[in-house]
Amino acid sequence: MGGTVSANHDGANLLEVRGLTKIFGTLTACNHIDLNIARGEIHALLGENGAGKSTLVKMLFGSLEPNAGEIFWDGMPVKITSPGVAKKLGIGMVFQHFSLFEALTAAENIALSLNDGSPISTIAAKARALSFSYGLPLDPESLVGDLSVGERQRIEIIRCLLQTPQLIILDEPTSVLTPQEADKLFETLERLRSEGKSILYISHRLEEVKRICDHATVLRHGKVVGHCNPRQETAASLARMMVGSEVKAVVRAPAEGIDTAPALLEIRGLTRKPATPFAIPLKNINLAVRAGEVIGIAGVAGNGQGEFFESVSGEVLQQDAGSVRIRGKDAGGLSITGRRLMGAAFVPEERLGHGAAPRMKLSENLLLSRHATDGKAFVGSGGMVKNGAVYSAAQRIITAMDVRKSAPDPEAAALSGGNLQKFIVGRELDRKPSVMVVNQPTWGVDAGAAAHIRQALIELARSGSAVLVISQDLDELFELSDAIAVMHNGELSTPLPIAEATFEKVGLLMGGAEPGHAEHSLEVA
Amino acid sequence: MDITVNILLTIATAATPLLIAAIGELVVERSGVLNLGVEGMMIMGAVGGFGAGYLTGSPWIGLLAAIIVGALFSLLFAVMTLSLATNQVATGLSLTLLGLGLSGMIGTSFVGQPGVRLPNLDIPGISSIPVVGRLIFGQDPVFYISIALTAAVMWFLFKTRTGLTLRSIGDSHTSAHALGIKVIRYRYLSVIFGGACAGLAGGHLSLVYTPQWVENMSAGRGWIALALVVFASWRPWRVLAGAYIFGAVWIGQLHAQAFGIPVPSQFLSSLPYLATIVVLVLISRNKRLTMMNTPASLGQPFVPDR
Amino acid sequence: MRIELIKRPQRSALFSVLSPFIAFVLTMIAGAVLFALLGVNPFSAFEIYFVEPVSQVWQLHELAIKAAPLILIAVGLSVCYRANIWNIGAEGQFIFGAIFGSIIPVLFPGFEGPLVLPLMLLLAMFGGALYASIPALLKTRFSTNEILTSLMLVYVAQLFLDWMVRGPWRDPQSHGFPQTIQFGDSAVLPELMPDAGRANWGFVFALVAAVLVWLMMSRMLKGFEVRVLGSSPRAGRFAGFGFSRMVFFAFLLSGALAGLAGISEVSGAIGQLQPVISPGYGFTAIIVAFLGRLNPLGIVAAGLVLALTYLGGEAVQSALGISDKVARVFQGMLLFFVLGCDTLIHYRIRLVGLALTKPNGAADLEAAPKLEEAR
Repeated sequence: MGGTVSANHDGANLLEVRGLTKIFGTLTACNHIDLNIARGEIHALLGENGAGKSTLVKMLFGSLEPNAGEIFWDGMPVKITSPGVAKKLGIGMVFQHFSLFEALTAAENIALSLNDGSPISTIAAKARALSFSYGLPLDPESLVGDLSVGERQRIEIIRCLLQTPQLIILDEPTSVLTPQEADKLFETLERLRSEGKSILYISHRLEEVKRICDHATVLRHGKVVGHCNPRQETAASLARMMVGSEVKAVVRAPAEGIDTAPALLEIRGLTRKPATPFAIPLKNINLAVRAGEVIGIAGVAGNGQGEFFESVSGEVLQQDAGSVRIRGKDAGGLSITGRRLMGAAFVPEERLGHGAAPRMKLSENLLLSRHATDGKAFVGSGGMVKNGAVYSAAQRIITAMDVRKSAPDPEAAALSGGNLQKFIVGRELDRKPSVMVVNQPTWGVDAGAAAHIRQALIELARSGSAVLVISQDLDELFELSDAIAVMHNGELSTPLPIAEATFEKVGLLMGGAEPGHAEHSLEVA
Repeated sequence: MDITVNILLTIATAATPLLIAAIGELVVERSGVLNLGVEGMMIMGAVGGFGAGYLTGSPWIGLLAAIIVGALFSLLFAVMTLSLATNQVATGLSLTLLGLGLSGMIGTSFVGQPGVRLPNLDIPGISSIPVVGRLIFGQDPVFYISIALTAAVMWFLFKTRTGLTLRSIGDSHTSAHALGIKVIRYRYLSVIFGGACAGLAGGHLSLVYTPQWVENMSAGRGWIALALVVFASWRPWRVLAGAYIFGAVWIGQLHAQAFGIPVPSQFLSSLPYLATIVVLVLISRNKRLTMMNTPASLGQPFVPDR
Repeated sequence: MRIELIKRPQRSALFSVLSPFIAFVLTMIAGAVLFALLGVNPFSAFEIYFVEPVSQVWQLHELAIKAAPLILIAVGLSVCYRANIWNIGAEGQFIFGAIFGSIIPVLFPGFEGPLVLPLMLLLAMFGGALYASIPALLKTRFSTNEILTSLMLVYVAQLFLDWMVRGPWRDPQSHGFPQTIQFGDSAVLPELMPDAGRANWGFVFALVAAVLVWLMMSRMLKGFEVRVLGSSPRAGRFAGFGFSRMVFFAFLLSGALAGLAGISEVSGAIGQLQPVISPGYGFTAIIVAFLGRLNPLGIVAAGLVLALTYLGGEAVQSALGISDKVARVFQGMLLFFVLGCDTLIHYRIRLVGLALTKPNGAADLEAAPKLEEAR
């Protein structure tokens, strides 16, 4: 099990990993990974989406079993066969996609991972005390389904800390936080480090890694490509290590004459009641997107973005037909098909199961959003599908977007996230829509594909279309947008022109601090 | 007065198998598994219970056999849906179809044979107290089991840590798995418990309710039990209430037929089934209640990554 | 021992084809055990069950008579199940189709001529669809579970038919037998080849329905809509396909086909209404649909196989004195094995012995030798 790093058994390292390998079918997700984590350090695990970070930590937490390799804890070889074993060793985990139960209370959620049989009330009291001491306020009696994403992460962290772990693994923790909430989290992490705990911090955000991490291990395509001290590196050098080559920077040509251009997409007083018990109501949303511009909507996940997208796309109809207008005409009463026929195109957040049917071929997935707009080209007399025309259109998109695939017309689920997203975005761009609404355009997508998609969106706008991008990724929005609005608790702020927008301003709005908003006390004081 | 007591007694007898089967299915569904094979497990319990009672002459052995047969039969469903991740709806249906066929075949020689009946509890002195004595102290043993079972399931689900774990699996099997909870093991045990309950309910039919073997004698009670779980929005005490309402409908239509009410007997016989539909419609109208209580992972196959 | 499933990157084309055959073989093995337990030589039993019932031409006609309703119903159900809509009340829709289709021959026996049959068939399809629209309406209007409502309506339909033939529609000359009058000549579905056997036009209807639905499902936008809404409802909504509309479409289509099967059975094979007109066709068709992999052409083959289990059941009853319920057992087992084998399409199966569960070691790769796909 030869690694590139010599084994160190003098006990300084809390965790050592040698040659850890995980194979899924034909894909080697982790290929002979070596990793050393010292006591009292914050160790970054850096890598792009799909580099194998999550697979690695799942093996460390016992959720996945490795095909090969060794793990040493305190210098002793160990087999982590289940999360229970990991917890007993002293490994705690804060998941990226939280492992919480929405129908249960915070205290019950915490109790489920403790396994010590003490009554819920005792656990609730402990959790409350711990949450105050770390400045992470938490009401143990509340139902998780009613909580915001940030609050849910607090439950995950408290739950992890109550197990008094030696090593805490955090998987992309700041992706669901406002910049200010992230600052608060960093304080907590630094305090934990000062208490002698080790932290494995997984991220693809270079600035925060440089800021808080002592060491970094960089993964690319399932392999370790470097160990470094992130404080001595630049963001650019770290990015090169992660991606392996220079990523083409997105070019945003200056937008000209936008102020006088017609608004192609208008939202006027859009209001929506919650459809399900845990849904967010939309409150009087107003927005205009003009021909030639990209408007970004920032916000922490779960603040109504999904509900907003459904309403704009027409998956859910509006009572007031004038609340959504496309190219100057009322569209609120039209279905998604009707809105597409007016020239609008939509890309939802979830790729598999929403934007694409996982078990269907790419050509069939092309038909999914275009059977009506391209009815003449794709559907013949009597409702017969013209398979040849659909297939060649799919191939055209595959070429245009540089979609990498293993078969001529594979099932959507067989593509990597980045390639499928390129296809889904390309499917809509291929129509040259005059209005394009995209929810999380590059979520979980590798850097190369992300740059490709962002550039394509900007070019669509500059060619005279109106582009609306909803994203949690502030870096992305600052790269793409001509103006940024913020969604918080179902309300939308007025857009800030990009020249005036800063991370701090947008971050405060994401936390709910707009004068126009109802009294939402800042959660991060 | 005596007639009223008798009617109340028969309502309890009619409600008991519905209650037991529904309580079992409630636990299964709380763990996130939808087993539509209740009817099949029930009829297998009925034929197994009758057969064992008939052959040994002991209704108690019959009752035990009913439980075991139901549990074993549900194991088939568990292997298919939990280990092989088959579609739960289709597998449950096939369990019912297989159970109806198998019980018919096994029961061919039992048709028309006299069965054994589980005796009612009889506490000298107390059972003869007017009304209350017979209603509370003079019922068949399975009645007491059904009430105790309901209370025990309520306590288990909402007061014990294991019950909390079971409910958490029903809410999100992926989260549970990530925390190291043995999702498949819990579900196996739940399904088998549900099978044992359905078997016991079937045994009650062929050892207490009508102590004989008649083909298809469960007559849709397994399906009504499934509907009761939805009606009760997965709460044990509401299952209890629902089972007694249905017992009353069932007995009510029988008595109406006996009294010669001038309505065709077929229409009266279809009342329990129509009532089931009405009840489902009424409960479905309250969307919030249903959505808040439906186990979120109900019916979804779970295949852990490894 | 523990069973582990390993997801395949793509569905296996090989096992898509093989799985019904593997299931059939496994059913045979289980059936042999069953016959042996009943004290019968499995080989002679198999001959009586599966070979003798189809060894003569007139018997093939009987097979077609049994297969026709199964195929008709299952073709409709396959559309429902593809759309992830669980109509299990086809037995009730079959009965209502039969009742509606019988309106003319029972109430207007004097009305004769070439128009009678087409009208009966249309009325039957209308009746089946109408009865199927009840669970569809309840599902779309109140989100009521269609499995339970459609099934409850089966019991109601059976009781309703029972009342009809004992009450208002009973033949006054029947000497108390619960049955309607015999249908007139122009109300009887003609036999295809009267000299060779009894098979009637119902079988042709079944084949035509199978081909048409196959065309729809594989070549038409409507079929695409069904498949998308069934496999990923959210993507279906994104495509602009309405789920409520689909619920009605699937229920009405399958109800109409079940109704057509009902009148074909009554007007072709029975000749009058009786309290019981189906040996559970509506439920057996569920098995047919799955055995045919929800593909209308596969369903034709599956319908013939299941029809054979009915004939075989009757044959072993008369020849060996075994209950004809054995047919239901065969059918149930077959469905079980079909569902189990379908797992092979999306997963590879790995058997892990308890002694080998040391998941963290490199040895585990080899520890599960080629037990994969061993089923």
